Amino acid sequence: MIGLAHYLAVAAIVFTIGVLGIFLNRRNVIIILMSIELILLSVNINFVAFSAYLGNLIGQIFALFVLTVAAAEAAIGLAILVVYFRNRGSIAVENVNLMKG
Amino acid sequence: MLLTAIAFYAFSAVLIGAALMVIASRNPVHSVLFLILAFFSAAALFILLGAEFLALILLIVYVGAVAVLFLFVVMMLDVDFAELKHGVLQYLPLGGLVGVILATELVLVGTWALAPASHSPLPHAAPANLTNTEAFGRVLYTDYIYYFETAGLILLVAMIGAIVLTLRHKPDARRQKIARQNARDPALAIRLVDVPPGQGG
Repeated sequence: MIGLAHYLAVAAIVFTIGVLGIFLNRRNVIIILMSIELILLSVNINFVAFSAYLGNLIGQIFALFVLTVAAAEAAIGLAILVVYFRNRGSIAVENVNLMKG
Repeated sequence: MLLTAIAFYAFSAVLIGAALMVIASRNPVHSVLFLILAFFSAAALFILLGAEFLALILLIVYVGAVAVLFLFVVMMLDVDFAELKHGVLQYLPLGGLVGVILATELVLVGTWALAPASHSPLPHAAPANLTNTEAFGRVLYTDYIYYFETAGLILLVAMIGAIVLTLRHKPDARRQKIARQNARDPALAIRLVDVPPGQGG
Protein backbone atom coordinates (compact mmCIF):
# COMPACT_ATOMS: atom_id res chain seq x y z
CA MET A 1 0.00 0.00 0.00
CA ILE A 2 1.61 3.21 -1.20
CA GLY A 3 0.94 6.04 1.21
CA LEU A 4 1.79 9.70 1.48
CA ALA A 5 4.98 8.86 3.37
CA HIS A 6 6.39 6.98 0.39
CA TYR A 7 6.03 9.98 -1.89
CA LEU A 8 7.47 12.27 0.77
CA ALA A 9 10.47 9.97 1.16
CA VAL A 10 11.13 9.98 -2.59
CA ALA A 11 10.86 13.77 -2.69
CA ALA A 12 13.19 14.07 0.31
CA ILE A 13 15.80 11.87 -1.38
CA VAL A 14 15.64 13.86 -4.62
CA PHE A 15 15.90 17.10 -2.64
CA THR A 16 18.98 15.79 -0.86
CA ILE A 17 20.56 14.77 -4.16
CA GLY A 18 19.97 18.30 -5.45
CA VAL A 19 21.61 19.87 -2.40
CA LEU A 20 24.51 17.41 -2.70
CA GLY A 21 24.95 18.42 -6.35
CA ILE A 22 25.36 22.05 -5.32
CA PHE A 23 27.84 21.02 -2.61
CA LEU A 24 29.99 18.73 -4.73
CA ASN A 25 30.14 20.51 -8.10
CA ARG A 26 31.33 23.88 -6.95
CA ARG A 27 33.05 24.65 -10.22
CA ASN A 28 30.44 23.84 -12.83
CA VAL A 29 27.52 26.27 -12.98
CA ILE A 30 25.51 24.14 -15.38
CA ILE A 31 25.40 21.25 -12.89
CA ILE A 32 24.39 23.70 -10.15
CA LEU A 33 21.49 24.97 -12.28
CA MET A 34 20.41 21.38 -12.92
CA SER A 35 20.58 20.67 -9.18
CA ILE A 36 18.25 23.62 -8.58
CA GLU A 37 15.85 22.09 -11.12
CA LEU A 38 16.00 18.81 -9.18
CA ILE A 39 15.23 20.60 -5.91
CA LEU A 40 12.22 22.36 -7.44
CA LEU A 41 11.08 19.04 -8.91
CA SER A 42 11.13 17.43 -5.46
CA VAL A 43 9.13 20.34 -4.07
CA ASN A 44 6.61 19.75 -6.84
CA ILE A 45 6.38 16.05 -5.94
CA ASN A 46 5.62 17.08 -2.35
CA PHE A 47 2.92 19.51 -3.47
CA VAL A 48 1.21 17.02 -5.75
CA ALA A 49 1.40 14.21 -3.17
CA PHE A 50 -0.21 16.37 -0.50
CA SER A 51 -2.76 17.56 -3.04
CA ALA A 52 -3.75 13.98 -3.85
CA TYR A 53 -3.79 12.66 -0.29
CA LEU A 54 -5.58 15.62 1.25
CA GLY A 55 -8.10 15.80 -1.59
CA ASN A 56 -7.37 19.44 -2.34
CA LEU A 57 -6.52 20.80 -5.78
CA ILE A 58 -4.70 23.87 -4.53
CA GLY A 59 -1.45 21.95 -4.12
CA GLN A 60 -1.44 21.19 -7.83
CA ILE A 61 -2.09 24.84 -8.63
CA PHE A 62 0.84 25.89 -6.49
CA ALA A 63 2.97 23.24 -8.22
CA LEU A 64 2.07 24.88 -11.55
CA PHE A 65 3.35 28.22 -10.25
CA VAL A 66 6.53 26.57 -9.01
CA LEU A 67 6.95 25.16 -12.51
CA THR A 68 6.54 28.65 -14.00
CA VAL A 69 9.13 30.18 -11.71
CA ALA A 70 11.51 27.28 -12.38
CA ALA A 71 11.27 27.83 -16.12
CA ALA A 72 11.89 31.57 -15.72
CA GLU A 73 14.82 30.90 -13.41
CA ALA A 74 16.40 28.47 -15.85
CA ALA A 75 16.10 30.97 -18.71
CA ILE A 76 17.62 33.86 -16.75
CA GLY A 77 20.33 31.69 -15.21
CA LEU A 78 21.43 30.32 -18.56
CA ALA A 79 21.41 33.83 -20.05
CA ILE A 80 23.67 35.06 -17.24
CA LEU A 81 25.87 32.02 -17.82
CA VAL A 82 26.21 32.78 -21.53
CA VAL A 83 27.14 36.43 -20.83
CA TYR A 84 29.64 35.36 -18.18
CA PHE A 85 31.24 32.88 -20.55
CA ARG A 86 31.45 35.53 -23.24
CA ASN A 87 33.29 37.88 -20.91
CA ARG A 88 35.58 35.41 -19.15
CA GLY A 89 35.99 32.44 -21.46
CA SER A 90 35.26 30.00 -18.63
CA ILE A 91 32.35 29.04 -16.41
CA ALA A 92 34.24 28.16 -13.23
CA VAL A 93 32.20 29.52 -10.33
CA GLU A 94 35.19 29.87 -8.08
CA ASN A 95 36.26 32.97 -9.98
CA VAL A 96 32.91 34.75 -9.73
CA ASN A 97 33.96 36.83 -6.72
CA LEU A 98 36.11 39.12 -8.84
CA MET A 99 34.11 42.23 -8.00
CA LYS A 100 35.05 41.95 -4.35
CA GLY A 101 38.20 43.82 -5.36
CA MET B 1 -3.24 -2.11 -6.06
CA LEU B 2 -0.18 -4.30 -6.37
CA LEU B 3 0.40 -2.95 -9.86
CA THR B 4 0.34 0.60 -8.48
CA ALA B 5 2.93 -0.31 -5.89
CA ILE B 6 5.18 -1.91 -8.48
CA ALA B 7 4.87 1.14 -10.74
CA PHE B 8 5.59 3.47 -7.84
CA TYR B 9 8.74 1.65 -6.80
CA ALA B 10 9.98 1.29 -10.37
CA PHE B 11 9.50 4.96 -11.25
CA SER B 12 10.89 6.11 -7.91
CA ALA B 13 14.00 4.00 -8.39
CA VAL B 14 14.49 5.39 -11.90
CA LEU B 15 13.92 8.93 -10.62
CA ILE B 16 16.47 8.62 -7.82
CA GLY B 17 19.02 6.87 -10.02
CA ALA B 18 18.66 9.49 -12.76
CA ALA B 19 18.96 12.30 -10.21
CA LEU B 20 22.16 10.73 -8.89
CA MET B 21 23.56 10.44 -12.41
CA VAL B 22 22.73 14.11 -13.08
CA ILE B 23 25.21 15.21 -10.44
CA ALA B 24 27.67 12.35 -10.92
CA SER B 25 28.24 12.00 -14.66
CA ARG B 26 31.36 13.53 -16.15
CA ASN B 27 29.85 14.74 -19.39
CA PRO B 28 27.27 17.55 -18.98
CA VAL B 29 25.36 16.33 -22.03
CA HIS B 30 24.79 13.05 -20.20
CA SER B 31 23.69 15.08 -17.17
CA VAL B 32 21.04 16.84 -19.23
CA LEU B 33 19.82 13.55 -20.67
CA PHE B 34 19.56 12.03 -17.18
CA LEU B 35 17.68 15.17 -16.09
CA ILE B 36 15.18 14.46 -18.87
CA LEU B 37 14.85 10.87 -17.62
CA ALA B 38 14.25 12.17 -14.08
CA PHE B 39 11.50 14.48 -15.36
CA PHE B 40 9.84 11.59 -17.20
CA SER B 41 9.85 9.47 -14.05
CA ALA B 42 8.46 12.35 -11.99
CA ALA B 43 5.70 12.80 -14.56
CA ALA B 44 4.86 9.11 -14.18
CA LEU B 45 4.66 9.59 -10.40
CA PHE B 46 2.31 12.53 -10.96
CA ILE B 47 0.08 10.33 -13.09
CA LEU B 48 0.06 7.71 -10.33
CA LEU B 49 -1.10 10.46 -7.98
CA GLY B 50 -3.94 11.40 -10.33
CA ALA B 51 -2.49 14.72 -11.52
CA GLU B 52 -2.48 14.04 -15.24
CA PHE B 53 -2.58 17.67 -16.33
CA LEU B 54 0.44 18.61 -14.26
CA ALA B 55 2.32 15.52 -15.46
CA LEU B 56 1.88 16.49 -19.10
CA ILE B 57 2.69 20.13 -18.37
CA LEU B 58 5.86 18.91 -16.66
CA LEU B 59 6.82 16.99 -19.78
CA ILE B 60 6.02 19.86 -22.15
CA VAL B 61 7.64 22.62 -20.11
CA TYR B 62 10.65 20.80 -18.73
CA VAL B 63 11.53 18.29 -21.42
CA GLY B 64 10.34 20.47 -24.27
CA ALA B 65 11.74 23.80 -23.15
CA VAL B 66 14.05 23.78 -20.16
CA ALA B 67 16.03 20.64 -20.97
CA VAL B 68 16.44 21.72 -24.59
CA LEU B 69 17.66 25.10 -23.33
CA PHE B 70 20.20 23.34 -21.13
CA LEU B 71 21.36 21.15 -24.02
CA PHE B 72 21.66 24.20 -26.25
CA VAL B 73 23.80 26.08 -23.75
CA VAL B 74 25.97 23.05 -22.94
CA MET B 75 26.69 22.49 -26.61
CA MET B 76 27.13 26.18 -27.42
CA LEU B 77 29.72 26.90 -24.73
CA ASP B 78 33.14 25.60 -25.63
CA VAL B 79 34.21 24.61 -22.13
CA ASP B 80 36.76 22.05 -21.05
CA PHE B 81 34.44 20.14 -18.74
CA ALA B 82 37.08 17.62 -17.67
CA GLU B 83 39.06 20.48 -16.21
CA LEU B 84 36.00 21.69 -14.31
CA LYS B 85 35.44 18.29 -12.80
CA HIS B 86 38.61 17.80 -10.82
CA GLY B 87 38.52 18.68 -7.16
CA VAL B 88 35.00 17.36 -6.72
CA LEU B 89 35.95 14.79 -4.10
CA GLN B 90 37.47 17.53 -1.98
CA TYR B 91 34.02 18.51 -0.75
CA LEU B 92 32.72 14.95 -0.42
CA PRO B 93 33.09 14.56 3.40
CA LEU B 94 31.26 17.79 4.24
CA GLY B 95 28.71 17.31 1.48
CA GLY B 96 28.09 13.69 2.46
CA LEU B 97 27.58 14.65 6.10
CA VAL B 98 25.12 17.42 5.20
CA GLY B 99 23.33 15.10 2.77
CA VAL B 100 22.93 12.25 5.27
CA ILE B 101 21.63 14.57 7.99
CA LEU B 102 19.25 16.34 5.61
CA ALA B 103 17.87 13.10 4.16
CA THR B 104 17.40 11.55 7.61
CA GLU B 105 15.56 14.58 8.94
CA LEU B 106 13.34 14.95 5.90
CA VAL B 107 12.40 11.26 5.78
CA LEU B 108 11.75 11.14 9.52
CA VAL B 109 9.53 14.21 9.40
CA GLY B 110 7.70 12.82 6.38
CA THR B 111 7.09 9.38 7.79
CA TRP B 112 6.53 10.11 11.47
CA ALA B 113 5.08 13.53 11.89
CA LEU B 114 2.88 13.94 8.83
CA ALA B 115 1.91 10.58 7.46
CA PRO B 116 -0.21 8.97 10.21
CA ALA B 117 -2.71 11.82 10.19
CA SER B 118 -3.45 11.30 6.51
CA HIS B 119 -3.12 7.58 6.06
CA SER B 120 -6.41 7.21 4.26
CA PRO B 121 -5.72 8.42 0.73
CA LEU B 122 -8.49 10.04 -1.19
CA PRO B 123 -8.64 8.47 -4.64
CA HIS B 124 -8.88 11.71 -6.58
CA ALA B 125 -8.33 15.30 -5.73
CA ALA B 126 -10.88 16.27 -8.35
CA PRO B 127 -14.62 16.02 -7.81
CA ALA B 128 -15.97 12.69 -8.98
CA ASN B 129 -17.64 13.74 -12.22
CA LEU B 130 -14.82 15.94 -13.52
CA THR B 131 -11.50 15.05 -15.07
CA ASN B 132 -8.39 16.34 -13.39
CA THR B 133 -7.80 18.91 -16.12
CA GLU B 134 -11.32 20.30 -15.96
CA ALA B 135 -11.32 20.60 -12.17
CA PHE B 136 -7.87 22.19 -12.33
CA GLY B 137 -9.04 24.77 -14.84
CA ARG B 138 -12.16 25.57 -12.86
CA VAL B 139 -10.08 26.42 -9.81
CA LEU B 140 -7.20 28.07 -11.66
CA TYR B 141 -9.27 30.42 -13.82
CA THR B 142 -11.61 31.55 -11.05
CA ASP B 143 -10.05 31.74 -7.61
CA TYR B 144 -6.47 32.00 -8.78
CA ILE B 145 -6.82 34.12 -11.91
CA TYR B 146 -4.67 36.97 -10.56
CA TYR B 147 -1.90 34.55 -9.59
CA PHE B 148 -2.18 33.00 -13.03
CA GLU B 149 -1.73 36.38 -14.69
CA THR B 150 1.18 37.14 -12.37
CA ALA B 151 2.80 33.91 -13.53
CA GLY B 152 2.43 35.10 -17.11
CA LEU B 153 4.01 38.42 -16.14
CA ILE B 154 6.94 36.56 -14.55
CA LEU B 155 7.48 34.64 -17.76
CA LEU B 156 7.36 37.89 -19.77
CA VAL B 157 9.93 39.50 -17.48
CA ALA B 158 12.15 36.42 -17.76
CA MET B 159 11.91 36.48 -21.55
CA ILE B 160 12.77 40.18 -21.80
CA GLY B 161 15.55 39.76 -19.25
CA ALA B 162 17.13 36.88 -21.14
CA ILE B 163 16.98 38.82 -24.41
CA VAL B 164 18.44 41.98 -22.88
CA LEU B 165 21.22 40.03 -21.20
CA THR B 166 22.37 38.16 -24.27
CA LEU B 167 21.72 40.76 -26.99
CA ARG B 168 24.98 42.05 -28.38
CA HIS B 169 25.42 45.11 -30.59
CA LYS B 170 28.55 44.93 -32.67
CA PRO B 171 29.68 48.52 -33.31
CA ASP B 172 31.02 47.75 -36.80
CA ALA B 173 28.06 45.72 -37.97
CA ARG B 174 26.27 47.16 -41.01
CA ARG B 175 22.61 47.60 -40.18
CA GLN B 176 19.64 48.79 -42.15
CA LYS B 177 18.80 52.43 -41.37
CA ILE B 178 15.15 52.65 -42.25
CA ALA B 179 14.72 56.34 -41.44
CA ARG B 180 17.57 57.28 -43.77
CA GLN B 181 16.16 55.06 -46.49
CA ASN B 182 12.76 56.70 -46.21
CA ALA B 183 14.26 60.20 -46.23
CA ARG B 184 15.95 59.72 -49.59
CA ASP B 185 14.35 61.43 -52.56
CA PRO B 186 15.22 61.45 -56.30
CA ALA B 187 17.23 64.65 -55.98
CA LEU B 188 19.61 62.91 -53.59
CA ALA B 189 19.64 59.53 -55.23
CA ILE B 190 19.97 60.29 -58.96
CA ARG B 191 22.90 62.07 -60.52
CA LEU B 192 22.81 62.90 -64.22
CA VAL B 193 26.15 62.87 -65.98
CA ASP B 194 26.57 64.26 -69.44
CA VAL B 195 28.99 61.90 -71.15
CA PRO B 196 30.35 63.06 -74.52
CA PRO B 197 30.04 60.49 -77.34
CA GLY B 198 33.01 58.19 -77.70
CA GLN B 199 34.55 58.93 -74.30
CA GLY B 200 32.30 57.02 -71.94
CA GLY B 201 33.76 54.10 -70.06
